[in-house]
Amino acid sequence: MSVLVQEKPDTSVQATATPLLSVDGLKTYFKTSGGLFKAVDGVSFSVEAGKTLAIVGESGCGKSVTAMSIMRLVPEPPGETVAGSIRYAGDELIGKSRREIEDLRGAEISMIFQEPMTSLNPVARVGAQIAEGLKRHKGMTDAQARERAIEMLRLVRIPSPETRVDEFPHQMSGGMRQRVMIAIALACDPKLLIADEPTTALDVTIQAQILELLRSLQDKLKTAIILITHDLGVVAENAHRVVVMYAGRVVETAPVDAIFSDAQHPYTLGLLASVPRFDDDAERLLTIPGSVPHPAHMPAGCRFSPRCTLATSKCTAEEPPLRSVASGHEVACWLAPIEKHGS
Amino acid sequence: MTGKQLLAVDTLTKHFPVRRGLIFPREIGSVRAVDGISLTLQKGETLAVVGESGCGKSTLGRLLLRLIEPTSGSVRFDGIDVLSLDRETLRKLRRRMQMIFQDPFASLHPRLSVRRILSEPIELHLGLSPKDTERRVNELLSVVGLAPYHADRYPHEFSGGQRQRIGIARALSTRPELIVCDEPVSALDVSIQAHVINLLVDLRQQFGLSYIFIAHDLAVVRHIADRIAVMYLGEIVEIGDKYAVTASPRHPYTRALLSAVPRAEAGRERRTIAQGDVPSPLNPPSGCRFHPRCPYAEARCRAETPQARTLEDGRQVACHRQDEIPPWPAAGGAGIDPVVRRRLQVLATAAKAKPAAA
Repeated sequence: MSVLVQEKPDTSVQATATPLLSVDGLKTYFKTSGGLFKAVDGVSFSVEAGKTLAIVGESGCGKSVTAMSIMRLVPEPPGETVAGSIRYAGDELIGKSRREIEDLRGAEISMIFQEPMTSLNPVARVGAQIAEGLKRHKGMTDAQARERAIEMLRLVRIPSPETRVDEFPHQMSGGMRQRVMIAIALACDPKLLIADEPTTALDVTIQAQILELLRSLQDKLKTAIILITHDLGVVAENAHRVVVMYAGRVVETAPVDAIFSDAQHPYTLGLLASVPRFDDDAERLLTIPGSVPHPAHMPAGCRFSPRCTLATSKCTAEEPPLRSVASGHEVACWLAPIEKHGS
Repeated sequence: MTGKQLLAVDTLTKHFPVRRGLIFPREIGSVRAVDGISLTLQKGETLAVVGESGCGKSTLGRLLLRLIEPTSGSVRFDGIDVLSLDRETLRKLRRRMQMIFQDPFASLHPRLSVRRILSEPIELHLGLSPKDTERRVNELLSVVGLAPYHADRYPHEFSGGQRQRIGIARALSTRPELIVCDEPVSALDVSIQAHVINLLVDLRQQFGLSYIFIAHDLAVVRHIADRIAVMYLGEIVEIGDKYAVTASPRHPYTRALLSAVPRAEAGRERRTIAQGDVPSPLNPPSGCRFHPRCPYAEARCRAETPQARTLEDGRQVACHRQDEIPPWPAAGGAGIDPVVRRRLQVLATAAKAKPAAA
């Protein structure tokens, strides 16, 4: 156990250079027997080199499909990215061939998933799984790749990496497997890591270890991270910028501090109030009425309007665009700031 | 709270034998899932049991209801020795103690309508007439925030939050006094989680229930419980009033758990991260079971098992070095930001004026 001063992400640096990744008007739909599911419906955001962008939302909001679309991992059919642009280092990814995307995957952009046991190959030694990408992208020999695999295991703080390199995933604990996933993802020095709920399946003490590891690796390797999570605590401690998604749309985006001190969208506010806090003794938790709309039957106007206690006729008729309310802070709500409309 | 004791558990132990060999299986050891746990629960009280996977908290919950047989120890429910009861008397007692499970999908029979799911325990335990059963089903549905027409639907037709409401209705159907809630909200989205937590709080008040609330989320536990028991590898390391345990944790493991919770709160610069993984309960460490991960461990911790000691505030802590470790820094959080609080107030006021939105 180590006592350490927690590094708060530095949020002061502003957007100046071109972002590493910019997603613009992304739409990924699924054609199913139940109708057309607009899982991601016009999502835009950008990620800066070396920074962490968190995408927050509840089940079904489209956060994972957004990530899969970037990696082109959406199964087609039934899924299809029907519109939008994904620019990586200035280069348009939409329209690239499968082969070209495969060259990027693992080398430039990597991904880690929630459940390391299902994303690791159960019958391959962890060393071989780390080496695979190195041989594919860096043209390393077996010996070089093995050397690098051991180095990666050491980097993700797996004890005795020289022996662990020859183990199988089932011989490791859940936390250790997620470290292996991170080692695989970072082996080729990607500039962007997409982490989809990387700690949701882990116990809190292990979650704290993994998140601390990701922060220190980001410091060392300057990797940009897209962190997909439902946990606002994880967001507060790890992200520089935040995108809040609801029903396939971005409802609010802001620097991390502003999400907690100046949240504007009623959905963001509802999320903040739904979680019990250690520094507040509210008798009852504030709740968001109703439930998430069915993806085939999105409400007209603002998709949150059926659950919003402030919704007006305009809200149920016209979809609000994202508009700027402060520097770097955008919100898709006709009524923001809502205190103007309260009694 | 009436101050009357509902549940008394004494040195409760459950060892699961581990066998190896297909044809001539032999016992190669045992998993000490629950190892000498003693606790009490007052009527109307909520005691939370927290810990990480494998700490034995779910096994403890099942032992309390005698869903599984303990290896040794005793459980007294309202003065009745639960472990000495024959099947028939135990079955009758089950009316008074119920359980809510984590995964409402796995714990509801997929081929039974909600009406059947709810009326079965009513018929079995309360022996009501069909008409009264019908009335009771409707009443239960309304108590958990569902409508009468939901009775003829099947579990798969409901969302996760609604299914958990059905699970709660089923637990309530026999008019129990004690409900063991095993991770009742961990599978739910945060906004749904808040609804279910509020519901459990309301029901406790309405029906004078007592809860054993098994969970891993300390923020949720601090919200709903009166007292908290922290478990590690089959043992309780700290138990006491929720404010005492969360504001000034004394056991290093409680501290590690609390520091590991990611929070959207200011003033949390220092934290301790427990290193390494939870050891296997098949072969727990000698002495204090937390010593391999503890920053304060010394020779004594490796050799001797610490006995729980009662502090001035009534809490019990099982740590050799509880008086020697540095004090826990005072909490720095100042609650929700005032700007955000004002906006939440606007939403809450509007909700009262326009209840139809719900």
